[in-house]
Amino acid sequence: MLNEWLPNVDWERMWEATKETLYMTSISVIATFILGIILGLLLFLTSKGNIWQNQLVNKIIAAFVNVFRSIPFLILIVLLIPFTKMILGTMIGENAALPALIIGAAPFYARMVEIGLREIDKGVIEASKSMGAKTSTIIWKVLIPESMPALVSGITVTAIALVGYTAMAGVIGAGGLGNLAYLEGFQRSRYDVVWIATIIILIIVFIIQMIGDLITSKLDKR
Amino acid sequence: MISIKDVKKIFSTKNGKVNAVDNVNLEINEGEIFGVIGYSGAGKSTLIRMLNGLEIPTEGVVSVAGNEVSRIKGASLRKARQEISMIFQHFNLLWSRTVRENIAFPLEIAGVPKKARLERVNELIKLVGLDGREDAYPSQLSGGQKQRVGIARALANNPKVLLCDEATSALDPQTTDSILDLLVDINERLGLTIVLITHEMHVIRKICHRVAVMEGGRIVEIGEVLDVFQKPKEPITKRFVQQVTEPEETKETITHLLSAYPNGQIVQLGFVGGSAEQPLITNLIRHYNVTVNVLQGKISQTQSGSYGTLFIHIDGESDEVTRAIEYIHSQKVGVEVISHA
Repeated sequence: MLNEWLPNVDWERMWEATKETLYMTSISVIATFILGIILGLLLFLTSKGNIWQNQLVNKIIAAFVNVFRSIPFLILIVLLIPFTKMILGTMIGENAALPALIIGAAPFYARMVEIGLREIDKGVIEASKSMGAKTSTIIWKVLIPESMPALVSGITVTAIALVGYTAMAGVIGAGGLGNLAYLEGFQRSRYDVVWIATIIILIIVFIIQMIGDLITSKLDKR
Repeated sequence: MISIKDVKKIFSTKNGKVNAVDNVNLEINEGEIFGVIGYSGAGKSTLIRMLNGLEIPTEGVVSVAGNEVSRIKGASLRKARQEISMIFQHFNLLWSRTVRENIAFPLEIAGVPKKARLERVNELIKLVGLDGREDAYPSQLSGGQKQRVGIARALANNPKVLLCDEATSALDPQTTDSILDLLVDINERLGLTIVLITHEMHVIRKICHRVAVMEGGRIVEIGEVLDVFQKPKEPITKRFVQQVTEPEETKETITHLLSAYPNGQIVQLGFVGGSAEQPLITNLIRHYNVTVNVLQGKISQTQSGSYGTLFIHIDGESDEVTRAIEYIHSQKVGVEVISHA
């Protein structure tokens, strides 16, 4: 019955592609989460009136973040080809997409982290200082836990954007559902393949959103 | 315990320099509850924040519990801060932590092992009267309960000094009183030195031993609370004292009385401590041919004695009234004749 409706869909290949997409998304989400928090913390801590106030460092990080956030993803992949080749030795396959995915998403997420950190009541940071807390204690025990709901909802949005990016990366050879939909589906006019790949991507996005919302509401005790 | 010498704090803003604190000298004794009162912008907040190094004075020396807070930095400042706790107007609790975890936070900072931490937290929860709320999050607490958590957290590392930055200003009058009672209790039980800043004279009256009045970055008046209430010198101090002794409604009543009793004199008497025990009114009626009508009276309790005001109306022959008022003057009672406007 399914084969009548969808004559061209090879379910095994579809599953392979889904796994590739999930692989690219999860690795890049994890890396983006860590890198974005580091960048976001640096942006926040070096800004005016904060613990590591330093205009020069702040400007440099802000410039880096703004530049990489502004480059369209497709162009970023192309620009990063030499870099990717240097560190991975190839530019085909799902691993080859990772540098571009991470470098494209981390600055975007870093800004969200910064906004989340700014929402923390200054008084709470001051109270921690008045108790004699070290900066590392303030980061681990105050800044990160107190901004956690914002960090999680931010990574949810970023993860969804990353699913989209993996599809784009797929078009130029990175594998995954985007690659399948474009090469097997669009190029060969097999639209049933395009549709199924799209539906699977949508399901992935919905699941990410659901998990993100669930964790955010669990964490938020305000 | 605390000594502030020739301290100045100058902030550079877009509109030039602002002298937030201007040549302040202050000695605060061990075990004392010391109040600083002033309107917003008087510099009291900057002053109290210099006591734990949250602000560094531009000039001068601040030392607290043997630490020169205005000079030390890094690890020694952090160590000193564990002995100088602070509570805040907006409580500044971590919303992501329960009551228990919030109180444990300063102990974590001080590196207290987990078991000792738990014991200490339970002690503190009892001390501030939060039994049964240990596992609640700050968002589930009332303002008064939040401040109790703040106080417990501040006491966790057995500090020598407790700084209160407008600690009751966000609370309703009843809750304010219960928090103030808790502070007095802590002061008496633990011998803790308390420095508080406020704009409410009620707070000063209720718990402070000594008070400093700040205006424009300077301390304009300082003294025992009872003395300041009895004989305020500066106009700003008089205004603060009136906050407690003469609420708005009294003024209205007086205006009303002045028009209701066109004859005779309306007199405001101020009693302090022992003078309240003399049979002043009885003597007045026995020895002078006047009628005395008690209009309104109020007694306020301070940490070092009571302070009362009484409004009376004296009527009779004008010479006799004058003599009666002279008699009151001779009786160590504060007298102010309220004239017909």
